[in-house]
Amino acid sequence: MKTKTILAALLMSTVAAGASAETLRWARAGDSLTLDPHAQNEGPTHTLAHQIYEPLIIRDHSGAFQAALATDWAPKEGDPNVWVFNLRQGVTYHDGSDFTAEDVVFSINRAQSENSAMKELLTSITEVRAVDDHTVEFVTNGPNPILPANLTNLFMMDKTWTEANGATKVQDIAGGETTFASANTNGTGPFVMTSREPDVKTVLTANESYWGKDEFQLDVTEVVYTPIQNAATRVAALLSGEVDFIQDVPVQDLERVASTDGLVVKTAPQNRVIFFGMNMGAEDIANDNVEGKNPLSDARVRKAMSLAVNRDAIKKVVMREQSQPAGMIAPPFVNGWSADMDASAMTDIEKAKALMADAGYGDGFSIQLDCPNDRYVNDEGICQAAVGMMAQIGVTVNLNAQPKAQHFPLIQNKETDFYMLGWGVPTYDSEYIFNFLVHTRGEERGSWNGTGYSNPDLDTKIQSLASETDLDARNATIGDIWSVVQEETLYIPIHHQVLNWGMTEKVGTEVSPEDDPKFKFFKMN
Amino acid sequence: MLAYIIRRVAQSALVLLVVGLVAFAMFRFVGDPIENMLGQERTLEDVERLRENLGLDQSFLVQYYRFLENAVQGNFGLSFRQGRPVSDILLERLPATLELAFVSGLLALLGGIALGIFTAIRKRGVAANIIMTTSLIGVSLPTFLIGILLIYVFSVELGWLPSFGRGQTVQIGGWSTGFLTQSGLQALVLPAITLGLYQMTLIMRLVRTEMLEVLRMDYIRFARARGIKDRAINFRHALKNTLVPVITITGLQLGSIIAFAIITETVFQWPGVGLLFINAVQFVDIPVMAAYLMMISVMFVGINLIVDMLYFAIDPRLRVDRTAGGH
Repeated sequence: MKTKTILAALLMSTVAAGASAETLRWARAGDSLTLDPHAQNEGPTHTLAHQIYEPLIIRDHSGAFQAALATDWAPKEGDPNVWVFNLRQGVTYHDGSDFTAEDVVFSINRAQSENSAMKELLTSITEVRAVDDHTVEFVTNGPNPILPANLTNLFMMDKTWTEANGATKVQDIAGGETTFASANTNGTGPFVMTSREPDVKTVLTANESYWGKDEFQLDVTEVVYTPIQNAATRVAALLSGEVDFIQDVPVQDLERVASTDGLVVKTAPQNRVIFFGMNMGAEDIANDNVEGKNPLSDARVRKAMSLAVNRDAIKKVVMREQSQPAGMIAPPFVNGWSADMDASAMTDIEKAKALMADAGYGDGFSIQLDCPNDRYVNDEGICQAAVGMMAQIGVTVNLNAQPKAQHFPLIQNKETDFYMLGWGVPTYDSEYIFNFLVHTRGEERGSWNGTGYSNPDLDTKIQSLASETDLDARNATIGDIWSVVQEETLYIPIHHQVLNWGMTEKVGTEVSPEDDPKFKFFKMN
Repeated sequence: MLAYIIRRVAQSALVLLVVGLVAFAMFRFVGDPIENMLGQERTLEDVERLRENLGLDQSFLVQYYRFLENAVQGNFGLSFRQGRPVSDILLERLPATLELAFVSGLLALLGGIALGIFTAIRKRGVAANIIMTTSLIGVSLPTFLIGILLIYVFSVELGWLPSFGRGQTVQIGGWSTGFLTQSGLQALVLPAITLGLYQMTLIMRLVRTEMLEVLRMDYIRFARARGIKDRAINFRHALKNTLVPVITITGLQLGSIIAFAIITETVFQWPGVGLLFINAVQFVDIPVMAAYLMMISVMFVGINLIVDMLYFAIDPRLRVDRTAGGH
């Protein structure tokens, strides 16, 4: 076994040296948490997995669907509860075995199992069946028009390999076990992992028998991935030419990098919107100075607070122009986003003061704002700016900024009345936002709705989205829900985050909105 | 003698237990690991299930007891973040930290003694004054600033030395060493200076003071009067008498070099146990934090124990007191 891998690695390296070898040295703040593709649902983990494993469908760097292991897919004629996927033929895993329909069935079942972190994306699937070697049917518990969008990070594993190595179960950390799949890989992807030391260095080499060899750029023949946590060190490594590509350039260093000869910064809006949430559901709230009632339950107060936020000032001063002011809590790529709503946010202190007076809070009130300080770009700075802005309408804000590990449990346990949250939408559809942030909090939905907002009428509409197959009718419902969310000022949108990738001139790529570079698309000049 | 050692070992064990207890009491304030372990799609049910499975719903005393129970059997659990045994991870990371600590300790010792002697002998010289003044930088500038400054000058502007990582390492048994490759040695330079600078200035000032003191002693004057060469006086007689307190201090500082490597390792992305600890704190990786803290306290307690026993061996009065007390 071991000699085989060494031999394969040797073979690989000689072949790679034969072609025009292009090494890409890549650094970002964090490392992948595990190699088991179903054990974590997290950005850096998926990004590394995307080079080695492949899903049926991927998103390219513009966010559009692209066929990967499936060549085409459509709802089954005559049965709206079934999706049919035709699989690509002639695909092999890194160990040489063939990719077949059986692997798809196995992988989906594995991703739905108890310890999997991906299972929430697959709740609508009741059965996956192999029709023949290269056709798979997904049966859902009702029509699911956006099923393909849930599969773009769902990687396919080889059934034989996984079973032979006893890794059928997804790793259970609580049970104190390690698995073969969390330390070894066998995918169909464009790169093969040659070595890995977690948090230190990971080396990938081009897969010589990749099915897409003639279809994609594939200029990069070797990837050396080093996580560098300290932002200053990361930038220094790019400036001194020790790495070719860094994913997170801090806003204060953008000019420094851009003005250096041979280096380029590429910027694009990220699939992530930053906003404030307010606890409007409670009778009385703990973290304010108003007794016996809850100022936030009054829509006029919420509207006034939104009017008090000067988004342009935040963009200019806190974000150094690296943000896009938002009027709704959906990133621009998402189905249901509207330019009008996103541009609707205004700053009007006079109007805000009038609304406050109307609601009976002309003298203002005081409240605590909970904020993370290590999760979003300049998160604490944004909150500090908000403190001053809220003061203009008489709302005295006490800022409580703390690390994310302490911040997010507050939202989870409903211990915060005014908080910051950021949201990304991997399915690119508004339903995802509604399910988590707008629906009444319950077992199935609303797990991130910390506002206490509950509107049965809206809940019904949100639930109907899951099975509405008429896309026009569905989009109309989405529009209806958004207008209520906007009308009620359910959240105070701040801005869309912007991604900054720094690279040498040699590297040619566009920024992907989900911050997950796929190196098969990279051009090396 | 034996009774004394047993008593000291028992005291050390008690100290370890208390350190562990305090650490576990504090873990609750670091945050909730569940948030980091599950993605944004997790349901409330998942959160509850995982919390229960990990035993995080228990009081810290119960958690601490479980940790001790397993630790005694040599099992420190799995890292929440990496999903691998903590003891494997620690052993894998320890060589990086020890090599860095060794080089910076050596640098501090040699540089400190040499500069200390120089500034003591030429105490009114221009060079000595310049060294004394610049040594203030070593004492007063925070480590991370020195590190970033060095990276800026030697990596970004001059391009001589790498800004991060360990370079190429060679695996010898279970030990990964950077001593055997050129890039490994180059990578050591900046972090070792950053980590050792404070200790070096400390040792330098200590040597200088001690040396000035010794040089005023009568036996030095008599030696001079006898016409012994300056070199022999300075290095054979004065230096030897200076070294006793220096060695004590250096021994004690060795522990803190390893423990304080955290900051240097973070700045230089040095893959040692300090960086591992910082990652663990950010992720609330309790098994790693607990094991690291225990390892560091074992080290400090161990050094203290050895020092105590050395005193016992060196100082006869301790022994006399004990036997006297026995009557």
